[in-house]
Amino acid sequence: MRIVKEFSKGFTTHLPPFRLVLGLCPVLAVTTTVANGIGMGLAATFVLVCSNVLVSLLRKVIPSKVRIACFIVLIATFVVIVEIIMKAFFFPLSQSLGIFIPLIVVNCIILGRAEAFAAKNPVHLAAVDGLGIGLGFTLSLAVLGTVREILGAGTFLGTPLFGESFEPFTLFAKAPGAFIGLGVLLFLLNAVDRFRLRAREESLQRRF
Amino acid sequence: MSGVTDLIIAFLSIALVNNLVFTKFLGICPYLGVSKKTDMAVGMGLAVTFVLTLSAAMTWMINNLVLIPLDLGFTKYIVFILVIASMVQLVEMYVRKFYPGLYQSFGIFLPLITTNCAILGTCLFIDLWGYGFLKAVVAGFGGGLGFTMAIALMAGIRERLELAEVPRPLQGAGITLVAAGILTLAFMGFSGMVR
Repeated sequence: MRIVKEFSKGFTTHLPPFRLVLGLCPVLAVTTTVANGIGMGLAATFVLVCSNVLVSLLRKVIPSKVRIACFIVLIATFVVIVEIIMKAFFFPLSQSLGIFIPLIVVNCIILGRAEAFAAKNPVHLAAVDGLGIGLGFTLSLAVLGTVREILGAGTFLGTPLFGESFEPFTLFAKAPGAFIGLGVLLFLLNAVDRFRLRAREESLQRRF
Repeated sequence: MSGVTDLIIAFLSIALVNNLVFTKFLGICPYLGVSKKTDMAVGMGLAVTFVLTLSAAMTWMINNLVLIPLDLGFTKYIVFILVIASMVQLVEMYVRKFYPGLYQSFGIFLPLITTNCAILGTCLFIDLWGYGFLKAVVAGFGGGLGFTMAIALMAGIRERLELAEVPRPLQGAGITLVAAGILTLAFMGFSGMVR
């Protein structure tokens, strides 16, 4: 039961980067296409799960004074592994993600989960927490990537969606579109939340 | 002569045209997190500039004099982040001891800088672009100043936003992101000035 709860919070109360406003750099930088977004999300998920497991296993060994430095070294090691794997098997993807693969080292979501969750909880919960948050992050990146790819290039996963006459809204493929797109998505999410909250209150009032 | 021009172009390029925040998406967390008040934003920016200049010099030396000759390039990320973390620690101790006034003004931001991706990102870019030592230091300094300018501008906008009436769901991070987008749009005017 606890496992399900720790997993699903990555999609609800802790959905990064909407509910947990952390790790925005890759979110904004790599979401020009859906494929890049999903690739980045999965790479971060791998690092997050591995670092959470190892931090949780070592939580009684690491002295609390130097824990942040230890966490960063652990995370950096897994990032090196991910980069080597991606260069070997997904070379075009690793080229288009570029510097944002090594920058997973300083992604605050990963360090944040190590510090806030993995350092205090047993291994299986830490692994599930990492998987949930990581997949939530991947989902968010995929959604923002979809919006930006459809509007900015008129394609989805590389296939053109519209006819010849479609004029792509290039703003969304460039830097300002990333900020505005994320801001508008956050706005929609908050609006839906408020709407649902109000609907629930009204149904409660009707009942009593 | 051409050497100096080269340095000036490298400086302008990273401070304005390829600004870390607006075109490279580096250091977005402090950019949105510590930009509520102008004085705090400037403090954060100056602390970043300080550490970034030193880290750019240090990582360049370690990378080119130790890691590349010994063929240890794959440990680059681990070494760089450790250098940055110890640099931050060193700067914090030094400033606290010799410049208590300065420490007061940006003391709390210093530890946060370790996980600022602008620092690691710039050091990796310098390596990627194959800059020489002097150019690396200039790029580090320019990148820091560009970041300071971005965060100070953002803080100015956000101080005005406090007074504006924003729709409820857009309040907080939402409107900040949209404002950042419009600011980025303005900075796109510099693109193409220097490669």
